[in-house]
Amino acid sequence: MSGRAVFLKLPGHITKATDDQSMYKYDDYDQRIVADRVRQFHDQTQRFLDGKLSEDEFLPLRLQNGLYVQRFAPMLRIAIPYGMVNSEQLRKLSDISRRYDKGYVHFTTRQNLQLNWPSLEEVPNILEELTSVQMHAIQTSGNCIRNTTTDQFAGVAHDEIVDPRPWCEIIRQWSTLHPEFSFLPRKFKIAVSGSVEDRAATNVHDIGIHAHLNDNGAVRFKILAGGGLGRTPMIGSVIKESLEPEHLLSYLYAVLRVYNQYGRRDNKYKARIKILVKALTPQVFAEKVEQEWLPIKDSNAHLPEQEISRVASFFTEPAYQSLASVDLNDLALSASVPFQLWLKRNVHLHKKPGYSAVTLTLKATADAPGDASAEQLDAIADLADKYSFGELRVSHEQNLIFADVQQKQLYELWQQLEILGLATPNQGLLTDMICCPGGDFCALANARSIPLAEDIQRRFENIDFLHDIGELDLNISGCMNACGHHHVGHIGILGVDRKGEEYYQIQVGGASGYDTSLGKILGPSFKMEEVPDVVNKLLQTYVKERRPDERFIDTCRRIGVEPFKESVYAAA
Amino acid sequence: MPLLKDGTHTENQYKVLSAEEATDALPPGDYLFPVSHIELALQFQAEGHGKSGLWLDSSDEPRISTDLLNQFTVVAVNFPKFIDGRGYSIAFLLRERLGFNGDIRAIGDVLVDQLNYMRRCGFSSFELREDQDVEVAVREMNGFTNFYQTSADEAIPAYRLRHNL
Ligand code: HEM
Ligand code: SF4
Repeated sequence: MSGRAVFLKLPGHITKATDDQSMYKYDDYDQRIVADRVRQFHDQTQRFLDGKLSEDEFLPLRLQNGLYVQRFAPMLRIAIPYGMVNSEQLRKLSDISRRYDKGYVHFTTRQNLQLNWPSLEEVPNILEELTSVQMHAIQTSGNCIRNTTTDQFAGVAHDEIVDPRPWCEIIRQWSTLHPEFSFLPRKFKIAVSGSVEDRAATNVHDIGIHAHLNDNGAVRFKILAGGGLGRTPMIGSVIKESLEPEHLLSYLYAVLRVYNQYGRRDNKYKARIKILVKALTPQVFAEKVEQEWLPIKDSNAHLPEQEISRVASFFTEPAYQSLASVDLNDLALSASVPFQLWLKRNVHLHKKPGYSAVTLTLKATADAPGDASAEQLDAIADLADKYSFGELRVSHEQNLIFADVQQKQLYELWQQLEILGLATPNQGLLTDMICCPGGDFCALANARSIPLAEDIQRRFENIDFLHDIGELDLNISGCMNACGHHHVGHIGILGVDRKGEEYYQIQVGGASGYDTSLGKILGPSFKMEEVPDVVNKLLQTYVKERRPDERFIDTCRRIGVEPFKESVYAAA
Repeated sequence: MPLLKDGTHTENQYKVLSAEEATDALPPGDYLFPVSHIELALQFQAEGHGKSGLWLDSSDEPRISTDLLNQFTVVAVNFPKFIDGRGYSIAFLLRERLGFNGDIRAIGDVLVDQLNYMRRCGFSSFELREDQDVEVAVREMNGFTNFYQTSADEAIPAYRLRHNL
C-alpha cells in the first residue's frame, strides 16, 4: 500500500511488517488532531486540579475524553474503533494497564476497553501514550457521538456483502470533535453492519446502518433511527431505505441536527433520540430529516470519491496464502474432546479457503466477563503476530477474535490458548454471557452482576450440557441502564432494588440481530442464590419443548413465554 | 462582561434586553432584543434611538427571513447552560441556511472550553461569563490546526484537504 504512515516499532518485540494489517493508519492530519486533543485535555485537567474549573464544568470535558468517576475510582474508557486493534497497540495497552492501573483491563459491549483504577491526574499522560500507537479515548463517554461499532468479523465474514470498516472509519473521523454535536441531549451511538446476519446489534442503536448492494452492485445504506436500550428499550425504525455513500455525512448531519434541536433536554430519561422518533412518529421524523438534508446534500458535507477510495484502501486483504480448505471434521477426528468442542464453538467460517476466524471468549468461570490480564494481552499480541497478521478484533459480546487463522494451524493455536486459559469452548453458549460491571464497580447499580455471572457459570460448568443446550445469549445488567444488554438476551437478567435488597428480574425471548426482539419479563424477581435454579428451569422447559435443530430462542418464539413462566413459578 | 471579537478583547456595546425590558419606552442606546420583539427592534433602529440586534434563546427556532435578519448587525444566541447544545445548531443555521452575514454572538453561560466549537459553528463574538479567563479563552479558541468536519467556518475538513479539494 502506498501513502501509509510508518508505524512505530519498539525494539525487542516480535515485530512484523505492519503493512500486512488491513487496518486504518493515521496520517499527519489524524495524528495532529489526537495530539491537539491531548494537549487540550492536559490543560483542562490542570485547570480543574488548580480549582479554576468547577466539577460541573469539567464533567463533560472529562467524559468526552473517556474519564468516568465510578464507585471507587475513576474509570478510563479507551476506544477500539469498530473493534480493530493490532499487536503493537495491545502491548501498549498491557503496558499502560501495568504502569497506571492494576494490570488488567475490561472489554465492554461497545468495542471499548476500560481501565478501572487509573488516577485522574495521570489520565492525560495515558492519553498521550495512546497517541503514540494511534489510539484515543475521545467521545467514549458523554452526550456526544460515541465510538462507531460493527461486526467483529468485518472483512472476513463468510456472509459479508459490504465491508463496513471504511464506512465506520469515515464516520469515526466525521464524528470526532464535532463542533455542532458535542453537547447533544444525550449520548449517541452508531453501528454499521454489512452482512447477511447482523452481529453488531444495529437495531438497538441510535442510528443503525445496513450497508448493502443495489441491483447494479453499488453500495447503498439503509438507515434506521431511534433504537436503544436503557429504561425504555426500542427497536430502530427505517428512515431511509437507500442512501448513496457520497451522502452519508450530509445525511448524518441532518439526523443529528434534528435531534440536537428537538430532542428533549428536560428529562434525561427521555432525552435519547428514540423518544423523539417515537413522539414524532418515524415518518414525521424522517420528513424533518429530509428537509434538513436537501439543502446540505451537495455542500462541503458531500463525501468526495477520492476520500472513500483512500479510506477503503486500508481495508484490503492481508497477504493471504492460497490454501486448500481443511475439513474441520477431519481435524477433529482423532483429536481430544476439548479441541473438538473448541472447533465446534469458537472457530468460524471465513471467506477465504484455508482460513478460519477464532474467538477467544473472556468468559472463563470465576473471571469477570470481559476482563483480561496484562499477561494475557501480551501473550495474545504474540499469538496475533504469529497466527493472525498481528491483528485482533473485539466483539460486543466482550470477546476477542483472531480474524485470519490458517486452518492447518488451528490445533497449534488451540494448544497455546489452552495454556493461557483462553480456549474456553463456550462461544455463543450460556456461559458466554454479556455482563455489566454492576454493583462491584458501578455507582448506579441496583445489584451486583459479576458474582451472579460466576454463580451461573459454576452451576452450568458441564460442557456437554452446555453444548447440548446450544446457542444461548444470557445477558446481565445491574440496573435499568442496560449496559449488559439484558433486553436483547435470549435470557435477560436485570438487577432490581427491593427495599434496599438485591433482586433479579428475569426475562426471556430477547434477541439482537436483524430479527431483534425485546425480552418479556416473567414475573416477580428473585434473590441471587435463586437465579441459577430459575435459569435451570428455563433450560429444562426448553429441553422438553424443543424440536430438532431449534435453538432456545426459536422455541421461545414458537411457544411463547407462558410455559417458561409456569416452570419458574410452579409451586415446588 | 468580557467580550471577545476577532480574537481580541473588545468593548461590549450592546445590552441584552429581557422580554419585560423590551418596551417602546427604552432610553437611547444599543440593545439586543428578544427575537419575539423583532418589530420593536426594527422600529427602535429606524427611529434613530440606537442600534438594535436580536437574541434567540436555545429554545427559539431560527425562522426569520434572510432580508429581515440582515437588517441587524448582531444576532446573539443564548446558552442558558453551557451543556445545552442547541445554540450550536442555531448559529449554524443562521450563518449557513439563512445567510446572515453580521456578527453572531454567544451570550449566557459562555465558557472558554466551548469557544472553539462555537467559533466553528458560525459564532463571531463571545460574551464570556464574568469569571472566565480571557487569556485561556484565546488559547482554547485556537487550540486545533485541523478538523474532521465542515461547519460554518472557513476551515477545510481533512477529507477535502487530503485531496486538495
Ligand atoms: C461502571 C460504569 C458505568 C456507568 C456509570 C454506566 C452508565 C450507563 C448509563 C447511565 C447508561 C444509560 C444511558 C441511557 O439510557 O441513555 C448506560 C448505557 C450503556 N452502557 Fe454503561 N455504564 C458503565 C459501564 C458500562 C460498561 C462496562 C459497559 C459494557 C460492558 C457499558 C455498556 C453500556 C451500553 C452498551 C449502554 C447502552 C444501552 C443503550 O443503548 O441504552 N457500560 N451506561
Ligand atoms: S447496567 Fe447499571 S449497574 Fe450495570 S454498569 Fe450500567 S449503569 Fe452500572
